[in-house]
Amino acid sequence: MQVEKFYYDNRIVKNFAYATVFWGAIGMLIGLWIALELVFPLQFPHGMNLEPWFNFGRLRPLHTNAVIFAFVGNGIFMGVYYSLQRLCKARMYSDKLSKIHFWGWQSIIVGAAITLPLGLTNSGEYAELIWPIDVAITIIWVIFGWNMFATIIKRRQKHLYVAIWFYIATFVTVAVLHIVRSGELPYTWLKSYPWYAGVQDALVQWWYGHNAVAFFLTTPYLGLMYYFLPKAANRPVYSYKLSIIHFWSLIFLYIWAGPHHLLYTALPNWAQTLGIVFSVMLIFPSWGGMINGLLTLRGAWDRVRDDVILKFMVVAVTCYGMATFEGPMLSLKSVSSIAHYTDWIIAHVHIGALGWNGFLTFGILYWLLPRIFKTKLYSSKLANIHFWLGTLGIAFYAIPLYWAGFTQSSMWKQFTEAGQLKYTFLETVTYMKPFYAMRSLGGTLYLIGVLFMIYNLYKTVKSGKLVANEEAEAAPLVKNEGAHPGEHWHRKIERRPVQLMVLSLIVILIGGFAELIPTFMVKSNVPTISSVKPYSPLELEGRDIYVREGCYTCHSQMIRPFRDETERYGEYSKAGEFVYDFPFQWGSKRTGPDLAREGTGNLKKSNGWHFRHFREPTSMSEGSIMPSYAFMLKDNLDTTDLPAKIRAMQKLGVPYPAGYDKIAMNDLNKQAALIAKDLLSDSIRISPRKEVIALIAYLQRMGTDIKKNESPTFNK
Amino acid sequence: MFSFIKQYTEKIEGANMYAMFSLLVFVIFFIVLLIAVKKMSKKKIDILSALPFDDSEIINSNSK
Repeated sequence: MQVEKFYYDNRIVKNFAYATVFWGAIGMLIGLWIALELVFPLQFPHGMNLEPWFNFGRLRPLHTNAVIFAFVGNGIFMGVYYSLQRLCKARMYSDKLSKIHFWGWQSIIVGAAITLPLGLTNSGEYAELIWPIDVAITIIWVIFGWNMFATIIKRRQKHLYVAIWFYIATFVTVAVLHIVRSGELPYTWLKSYPWYAGVQDALVQWWYGHNAVAFFLTTPYLGLMYYFLPKAANRPVYSYKLSIIHFWSLIFLYIWAGPHHLLYTALPNWAQTLGIVFSVMLIFPSWGGMINGLLTLRGAWDRVRDDVILKFMVVAVTCYGMATFEGPMLSLKSVSSIAHYTDWIIAHVHIGALGWNGFLTFGILYWLLPRIFKTKLYSSKLANIHFWLGTLGIAFYAIPLYWAGFTQSSMWKQFTEAGQLKYTFLETVTYMKPFYAMRSLGGTLYLIGVLFMIYNLYKTVKSGKLVANEEAEAAPLVKNEGAHPGEHWHRKIERRPVQLMVLSLIVILIGGFAELIPTFMVKSNVPTISSVKPYSPLELEGRDIYVREGCYTCHSQMIRPFRDETERYGEYSKAGEFVYDFPFQWGSKRTGPDLAREGTGNLKKSNGWHFRHFREPTSMSEGSIMPSYAFMLKDNLDTTDLPAKIRAMQKLGVPYPAGYDKIAMNDLNKQAALIAKDLLSDSIRISPRKEVIALIAYLQRMGTDIKKNESPTFNK
Repeated sequence: MFSFIKQYTEKIEGANMYAMFSLLVFVIFFIVLLIAVKKMSKKKIDILSALPFDDSEIINSNSK
């Protein structure tokens, strides 16, 4: 058969590689910055916070989004565009689509980098971006999928290598996750409320959040591992059969595991149990994959000593193994009760991000860039320095946080012999400070390693010339080639990308449906509490400020049914309390205390206390690491959107009376005037129009609903 | 024990069904998958696992 000549597009690979390096450095720098904000919490120049745009609560989502979608995202595209062309023996279907994909994705990142510091956020973790950006992500993702599938369809290689299956599953699942999580009702051209409230919003969020980790940080990178590790080791994958089992079991199991983020919360128990069972089972395919990766180097371990690329990949795969062992363990209720809300989880995710994603990306960059520039790596020595700085960085980052997280949790849980809590929350925060400093040192080491890499790659690129169009030859694929007699069914699917996609979709939808539909359909999942009423207009505005400032990044609103938590924070949280919470604000981390019952019992503070605390947190809580929010004392509350907000809430089912949007402003003014008057009695003169008044109103409301209920269940 | 959470399971009829259904679906899926993979021929597997490599590249085989 006539051999065809064609050219691989290396320019697009180069572009994505540069973007990976650039955004990686930025994302890590922001990570280091917010780590230092916890060590030096005062406002710049006395500390690292810079209100309002660069306070911790606004920067933390920027860090997570930058690392996940900018660094790892571009890393995925770099690896996919390189490997897919070679595995299909075809150029990408359309250079134009590749370009739109590249520039579209970079624009989305820039959009995120502008909107998040401005406080424009949806507050779902890793889904913070506002609705116009969500729409843009959908369009660009479809363009990526279109380009990928069209390339697969016009391929010259009959078989689809297992890496491509991982890419296909990634495309399909991320599309489903993004669309379901982005279900929101816009009320202005920048802002929206989610369709779901409270418990349902939480379940959708962590079904999404967990699978963003699974299908953005894991499955595409496993695809890259199955391509680049054999290439770098120059030997085929240890067991191809194992890779097939790895693929199908992993995508089947992952989609069920989300609820393990919500153990002991107000989420229905059956959903929690499902999450635990499937999380524990996940250990088998994950470790199957890890063993498959490591055993690919069987007989080549001597090369690992000298080959820095293999070193990066070995540590990456080992970190994958560590994180995927720890994940199922953390999903056990007993372990979760200790680790949840603590820095243990932060350590866990950084083993994944710094070790698995970071090191695999670095290995691929060192392998790939010299090849497309037809040159050699400038310096193996520098790459080795990078390797050791990175490895030390991971250790210095993770070990202090594991230690501190575990200790802080046990401090929260300790009682004196008299039966009282042994430590105040603030005492446990003070204990954390040296560990936060050590973690920053780890981050610094890791980032310095990356700077070494940037210099090394820069010199490498300078010493070569980009082969923008790399020549290749292959025979075309014979169309309509019938199945061989007796051919196995799996072999048929394996050759057909569309069927593979449909089957992957079915596999992930089974889990999605079984978890989400009952939660939405069965009303009894969220028992109604009659005394829970919608927020007043001022409280609603205050709540939106709470969301804008990313308070959920440090404060939970979910009291678990443990003795120490009910002693410290009050009655445990009930599902029915959150029915008007668009979006839910349960949070996932307690750098500061839980706020679910901030307006009740022993936790209730005066309006004046809150006012002074926002102005200067340490004036009320000595040793606090919360940033100052003094700007809220100066900025006027913008109530332009209030009628639109009320109408949106009504559409979402919140029972404000008909026509309330027209009179809500009156109620807002009345409540604000009352708070301002109360502050005046505390020698604080402030206009009722300031933002801080609304936030105080919200904080004073928190947790008060069930106190109105006379049912003995809610009164101790 | 866990009576504080039990209230939710009691209010959704047959909640256990979800767990059993999911487990069953996965077990069946996994068994079918194992059989399918077991039946694949060694020759095909060798072809598939060599896909990342060009014909010209030297491959150190991992075959047992």
